[in-house]
Parts: sequence; structure tokens; C-alpha cells
Amino acid sequence: MSFIVRRLIFYVVAAWVALTVNFFIPRAVPGNPAQAIMAKFPDLQPSAYRALQAMLGVGHAGSIWHQYWAYLVDISHFNFGVDEIEYPAKVSTLLAQTLPWTLTLVGTATVIAFLVGTLLGILAGWRHGGWLDRVLPGLMFLQAIPYFFLALILLQLLAINLHVFPLGQGYSEGLIPGWHWAFIGSAIDHSILPAFTIVITTLAGWMLQMRNVMITTIGEDYVLAAQAKGLSSRRVVFTYAARNALLPQLQGFGLALGFVVSGAIIMEIVFSYPGIGLLLFNAVTSNDYPLMQAIFLVITFAVLLANLIVDLIIVMIDPRARTRGATR
Amino acid sequence: MTVVLPPVSTEPAAPPEEGQQLGRWRRMPTKAKVGVVLLGIFVLAAIIGPMVTPYDPSYQNSAPALSMHAPYAAHLLGTTQTGQDVLSQLLVGIRLTLELAFIVGLVATALAVIVGVTAAFLGGVWDELLSLVSNVFLVIPALPLLIILLGYLPQKGQLATIVVLSVLGWPWGARVIRAQTLAIRNRDFIAAARETGEPTWRILAFEIVPNEVSLIAASFVNTVLYAIGASVLLAFIGLADLNSWSLGTMLYWAQSQQALQLGAWWWFVPPGLAVALMGTSLVLLNVGIDELGNPRLRDANSASRIAGRRMRPTDPTPVLLASDPPPRGRLTSFVHSFSRSALLDHNGRGES
Repeated sequence: MSFIVRRLIFYVVAAWVALTVNFFIPRAVPGNPAQAIMAKFPDLQPSAYRALQAMLGVGHAGSIWHQYWAYLVDISHFNFGVDEIEYPAKVSTLLAQTLPWTLTLVGTATVIAFLVGTLLGILAGWRHGGWLDRVLPGLMFLQAIPYFFLALILLQLLAINLHVFPLGQGYSEGLIPGWHWAFIGSAIDHSILPAFTIVITTLAGWMLQMRNVMITTIGEDYVLAAQAKGLSSRRVVFTYAARNALLPQLQGFGLALGFVVSGAIIMEIVFSYPGIGLLLFNAVTSNDYPLMQAIFLVITFAVLLANLIVDLIIVMIDPRARTRGATR
Repeated sequence: MTVVLPPVSTEPAAPPEEGQQLGRWRRMPTKAKVGVVLLGIFVLAAIIGPMVTPYDPSYQNSAPALSMHAPYAAHLLGTTQTGQDVLSQLLVGIRLTLELAFIVGLVATALAVIVGVTAAFLGGVWDELLSLVSNVFLVIPALPLLIILLGYLPQKGQLATIVVLSVLGWPWGARVIRAQTLAIRNRDFIAAARETGEPTWRILAFEIVPNEVSLIAASFVNTVLYAIGASVLLAFIGLADLNSWSLGTMLYWAQSQQALQLGAWWWFVPPGLAVALMGTSLVLLNVGIDELGNPRLRDANSASRIAGRRMRPTDPTPVLLASDPPPRGRLTSFVHSFSRSALLDHNGRGES
């Protein structure tokens, strides 16, 4: 079985697990979210209780397997139900509004961080003991700072004290989102600081991992052979050493995406960035269970998709993955 | 040469046990040393901190002058909006956060060991199944799942956080430990143990696990790191017992009371810095553990600088040239340590 087919099957299983976990959490947790919401809003009519139950899937008609099937059918039609806080907005509408913001910002920042970090790691590994190696502990400190804390500090320094960047939000107030320059410029202006935060907090991780793999790879005989042949340093580093060192890095990229996304959620909260992380935060603070669950699914599927893309890249650069089913 | 040598230097006279331990400490990578010391400070603060807090962290001093007061003699880290002492909160908070992280680390690592070792040892369908489960939970983003799990729980106390973090914290360790178990389960001593009729559980507990101690330690450090980060994050967004004082809840209150906008840096910088330094100490510790296992990863100052010459990993096996200045003092011990660890490594790989 080819590598990609095996990975596809794996992602389908992972998606199914996520869907199933998502289905059973509300049913397994003690207490009843409908009651919790009733307690939160005392002026709700008793009739609302039935509506809430229906909406949250508690006290549903039919057996649990019947409910499960209905749930899977709903999800496959992107029907995540009606939002209970911003009633009668549909959950899918809220998702469609926020997802592009997150995908653009987090996607771009993560790819930049990965590329720059990997490049720096290659250089640090090659010039082992050079100045890049010496700044590494400092970078590790940056990495250990909680995302949101660094974001808060940067927001304070650069936006409040120095007025270099705007104070949160996705774009200036009064602008109508659309494909015109005033809006795009404003959106870019607002995204620089959040993106910068993501880049500097994740850079060190990529760099450290790439450096370590590079150092081990450089010790291999084929690198020595390439040098002995008199190839240029650049060619030895990038075509011989880095290309091979990149594989573990890419596999790590797939696995680390979950953490990156988690950090991005918090970043959005701090910067009031109108993405899916802020939506999740608002859902949590207002006990908006259907929205929380839908966001979990969307984030999970996005991460699975990104992993699949990483796998495709691995197939591109690693011939072994094409010929025999490489294990991962 | 006579057989009986008179003691020439005082060094061999020192008790060998102590000398060995000192040597081991000295040979430890600098990063690991810094990590150990830093973590030690926090553990110490967690143990004695709550006993020496100058005030009750929850005590609200209603005097208007004490609302968000900058640090001064009576309140070394200033006060919060409601006149609570930040230093007291910090000391109690370090305790609570570290306690939680260590418990999660222990539970999740235990789960990881059980799953990893069982999967590799039983093999076949069990291995496939357990590996699949850990891989699936590795690829599903943890934080959103944590959020909905905690969001649905009616009580969001310390115990709930510990359970949820432990349940989601084991897959990475399990994966690493499984790989290691696969590597050692076909060794001779395992076969010997099996031949002598040791029961499977005994082989697992007394033959395999002790051979993975360093790996388990690394996995524990990683899990503690994850638990600190995740618990602080969850508390920061309000998914914790907000009446208890952890570093996360401190940051939550500082944020919700707009400490940042009001310029009360003494309120949000200490807890954030504490989290960052704890995290750094654990990262350093882990990098140190890595470097102990793989001397090539060490930086120039500890492994690849020989007699003032910087070595690249591709350079031929280092040999001190006659023209090199005679090494002295620290350098001697340095070269010596290098020749023992790294040189062997190079020779072992057949590069020289």
C-alpha cells in the first residue's frame, strides 16, 4: 500500500475519532448543559428547556446510535446547528466569518516561522559553534514564554506605549470588509504584530530541531564524500545534508501543528483578532456548547488537512516514501 | 616502577564516590546545569513559599491607597486592584502550578510507560491498536479538545484540570517509549529472562522499564512542560477554579482587571516571568539530557573546541598537533573528557 493511501486511511480514522469524541463528550459528562444554561439565564421560559435539550442533543428522541447517525449526517452537510447565544445565527455562518482570518494569519505566520527557523537551523547546524549557536538559549527562553504573555507585553510596548502598531482587532473601525485597498492595508497593518508574536515564539523550536538533525546528518559518510568530491559548500549543505535532515523536521511539523494552533487561539484572544480562536473564547465564556464543539471539529479538520499536505511534501522530497510504503 | 606508589597529589585521596559525583556534575552540559539550578529554585519556592508568604493571598485590603500600589517595602511586588499582595499570590501560585504539573507529569508518564511498553511487548493487533490510538490523539489538536472537555465539566477545579491534562498528555511519551521497547525487547537478556520462566509482568517491570529510565525521565520533563503551559493557558481563559491562586489564575485576574492597560506591570510580569523561567529550565534540562546522550549536539564551548581550534563535525577525528600550545588546567580536563566520549563515538562510526 502506498504511503499516501496509508496516511489517508489514518486521517479518516483520526477524523472519525474526533467526531465520535465530540459526540460523546456532552453525553458522558455529569450534569446537563441545558440545565446549566437554564441556571445561567433565569428569565428563560420553561418551554425553552425543551428547545435547549433538542439543540444540545440531550434528551434526544431515539436510541443513542440513531442520534449518532443523525449527527454524522448533519456534520457531513456542514450543519452544526443553530447558535444558542447569537440566536438565530447559524454556527456554520459564524465559522465562515471567522475562519478566513485565522487561516490567513496563522497559516502565513506558521509557514514563515517554519521556513526561517529551518533555514536558521541549517546554518546553526552547519556552522556548529558559531554565533547562531550562542543565541540559542535566548531563543529557547522566548519559546518558553507563554504565547499570550509575550503577546500582552508586545501589545503594551509597541501598541500602547509606542503607538507603532494598532491596538488589536482585525481592521480599523468604520471600514467595510471587502477587496479594496483601504481594507486590505488596514488588515495587514493589524496582522503584523500578531504574526510577529507567532513567529518569534515558534521559531526557536524549528531551529533547535533542525540544528540537531543537521549536526547528526553532517556526520554521515555521504556528506563527507560530497565534500571530498570538492562540491561547493552551498551544494553540500542544501542538496546533501539539509534535504535529508528535512524529513524529521517535516514530520515534526505535522505533529507540532496542534500546538501551533493552540498558541494561535490564545494569540487571537489577546489581540481581539476576529478569528476562530476569539470565537472559541467567546463560546467558552458564554457556555455556548454547540459553537465550542463545532470549532473543535473545524480546527481538528484543518490540522488533519495540513498534515495531509505535509505528507504530500514528504512524498515529493523523499523517494523512499514513493516506492515502498515508508513507515512514519 | 614499583607497585606501591606514594600518594602524589591530593586528588585521589578524596573519597571516590564524591569525586565521581562532582566529576559527573562538572561534565554535565552547561545548559543542563542552568536548568537544574533554575528548576531547583522554583521547587524550593514551591515548598517553602506558601509558609513564608507575608500576607494571605486572598486578603483584600480595602484601603484605597493600596489599590494597585507599585512595589515598596511592605509589598515587595506591589498590590492588585483590591489590595491583595502580589508576592504572596506568586508564592502560592508557583506551588499550585508546579504541584499540578508534577502530578500530571507523573500520571501521564505512567500511562505512557504502560501503553508504550505493552504495545511494543505484546505486538500484533494490540500494538497496531495502541499505536493508532496514540497517533490519533497526537494529531488531534489538544487545546480545543481540552477546552471543550473542561467547558462541559460542571466543576473546573484543580482535580478536573489534572484528570483532563493527564488523559490527553500521554501519547507522545507512549510513542517514544514504544519505539525504545521495540528496540530492546529482542535483546538476549530479555530472552534469558523468558527462558528462566519469569512472568511477563516481571519482565516488563524489572527488565524492560529499568532500561528506559533516561527516556522516561525525558518524557516526564516534557509532560511537566506541557502541563505548565496548558494549565496556565486554560486558567488564563477562565477554565479553572478562579478562587484558587495559580500562576494562570493570577494572569487571568490581571488581564480581566486591565492591569496591563493601567500600567500595573508588577501584577502581570511576575507570574508571566515565573512561567517563562520554569519553562526555560525544563527546556534546558531536556536539551541537556539530549546532549548527554549525543555529545555532538553540544555547543562549541563544550565539545567541538579543541585546543582553541573550532571543530566542525565533518572535520577528521581531532588529534592534538605537536605545534599546538600545550593545554593547561581546564582545557586539559576538557580535552580528556572529549577524547573519552566524543572520540569513541567517532571511532565507533568508523570515520577516522
